[in-house]
Amino acid sequence: MSVLIFIDTAEGHVKKASLEALTYGAKAAGLLGTTAEAVVLGTVQDDLAALGKYGVKKIHHVNNESLNHQDAQVFANVIAQVAGATGASLVVFSNNLSGKAIAPRLSVRMKAGLVSGAVALPDTSNGFMVKKNVFSGKAFANVSVNTAIRIITLNTNACQALAGDGTAEVVPFTAAVEAGKVKVTGVSKASGEILLTEAEIVVSAGRGMKGPENWGIVEELAKSLHAATACSRPVADAHWRPHNEHVGQTGFAIAPNLYIAIGISGAIQHLAGVNRSKVIVVINKDPEAPFFKAADYGIVGDAFDIVPKMTAAIKKLKGIA
Amino acid sequence: MKILVCISKTPDTTAKIAFTDNNTKFDVNGVQWIINPYDEWYALVKAIELKEADPTAVIHLVTVAPADAEPIIRKALALGGDEAIRVNTDSHDSYYIASQIAEVARQGGYDLVLTGKETIDYNGSSIGGMVAELLDLPYISLATKFELAGTKATITREIEGGEEVNEVELPLVLSATKGMAEARIPNMRGIMAARTRPLKVQEPVAAEVLTSVSDFGLPAAKAGVKLVDAEHVEELVRLLHEEAKAF
Repeated sequence: MSVLIFIDTAEGHVKKASLEALTYGAKAAGLLGTTAEAVVLGTVQDDLAALGKYGVKKIHHVNNESLNHQDAQVFANVIAQVAGATGASLVVFSNNLSGKAIAPRLSVRMKAGLVSGAVALPDTSNGFMVKKNVFSGKAFANVSVNTAIRIITLNTNACQALAGDGTAEVVPFTAAVEAGKVKVTGVSKASGEILLTEAEIVVSAGRGMKGPENWGIVEELAKSLHAATACSRPVADAHWRPHNEHVGQTGFAIAPNLYIAIGISGAIQHLAGVNRSKVIVVINKDPEAPFFKAADYGIVGDAFDIVPKMTAAIKKLKGIA
Repeated sequence: MKILVCISKTPDTTAKIAFTDNNTKFDVNGVQWIINPYDEWYALVKAIELKEADPTAVIHLVTVAPADAEPIIRKALALGGDEAIRVNTDSHDSYYIASQIAEVARQGGYDLVLTGKETIDYNGSSIGGMVAELLDLPYISLATKFELAGTKATITREIEGGEEVNEVELPLVLSATKGMAEARIPNMRGIMAARTRPLKVQEPVAAEVLTSVSDFGLPAAKAGVKLVDAEHVEELVRLLHEEAKAF
């Protein structure tokens, strides 16, 4: 018996979301009275043993170069082999692009009930029940899993990564690896920026900024907070900002600790992508903007006046000249 | 080419979310129903675009739902599609639904199965991957572009912080997101034609239900916004730092 956690990597580095998944999996293993083990596929640059501090005891490393590109069909097959060998009763993924692609396949392959987008640890008092977000964050559901093996994909920021002491035993795992059917012919990535989906703090702006030439003050604020930048749908549609910054129902759904919305009215479709943020700050000159109803803090006023003042106050507080 | 588009009926994006029967059922009272936006705007419209480029293409729609979903599937047919199939059953869980869709796909021998990236009610984003696994086909998720040369598809998909281009041979399963196609409105000719297009009803195949919703709930209401005067921006920063501990 074990809880098996999938460690997701990008260019050989462990993603932040996986540290949350490891913490969650270790806690779930505690609840289930079993041990937390993990699986990682392909070449890894980071020190895997050090991940033991998140509570994982053993890491099965399928160190096979053909797994450096993530093909969901191939990955599901390999993870199923590891899950079988370790007698996993629960497999944990992050509810990110990898988890969304692999977990459904594994669910079919192992006939294991899947709960996608979990936001809390399983409740094992009566069967196995997991809380997840539904209706785009406007409600939650408690989902009972009726199979012996269960799969959970964990929402980002639903479980804080907790580092303690400990070292994981890293063991090589030899798996049968089939040839993938998908060929990757090109990858383009914004480099050197903070990844929107992993950011702790997000500074987002909307049509209230009046034009792309005015984004300087938004970027300055983001920089002072070490935050990622985001935007509303009209802004992305008008090509003021790249599509990969668009948060909302049709864009990315994010859940940072702090979300600062500048000149965004807060339409229900926008809220659907950001309503899981822990603290929401709204800056808008319209006191009737619906976003204020969903906010924790707000300022009614002119963004062009307020945002630079905010940046200055943050820099002062942080002691940055 | 034969294309199967998966259509789901969902509450309108602005619908009030409430529950009845001890929080075990979604309160349908006064709810407007729509085609799941991702299924409509991206998956279905992309299928229509493919048929416009290749008039020999055939588009079938599939929904797994009781008879009350028929207005939605007719609306989808008004946009485009040659025929619709409704698997007559309650939807249960994603594995059960995927099993029904996979059976329809097996019978029809489709080259391409299209879904939206997720439904806006259950937010599972798992049907496409499950159908692909049941059919032993590749699955490309979150696709924003799809081009076809013979049987070779070139697909652009979102990855964290960027995008990736994939090449894969048909048949395949694909989930579509923003960028894949532009939303359309049904025209009168489409609406009239939809009335005569076949809507076949078939009974479900036996499939297991792996999960079930025990109950629903609404998130705790926010305490209310704390407004700070525009003249005291530094006070907001202090609150965020000391009270909210947000940075």
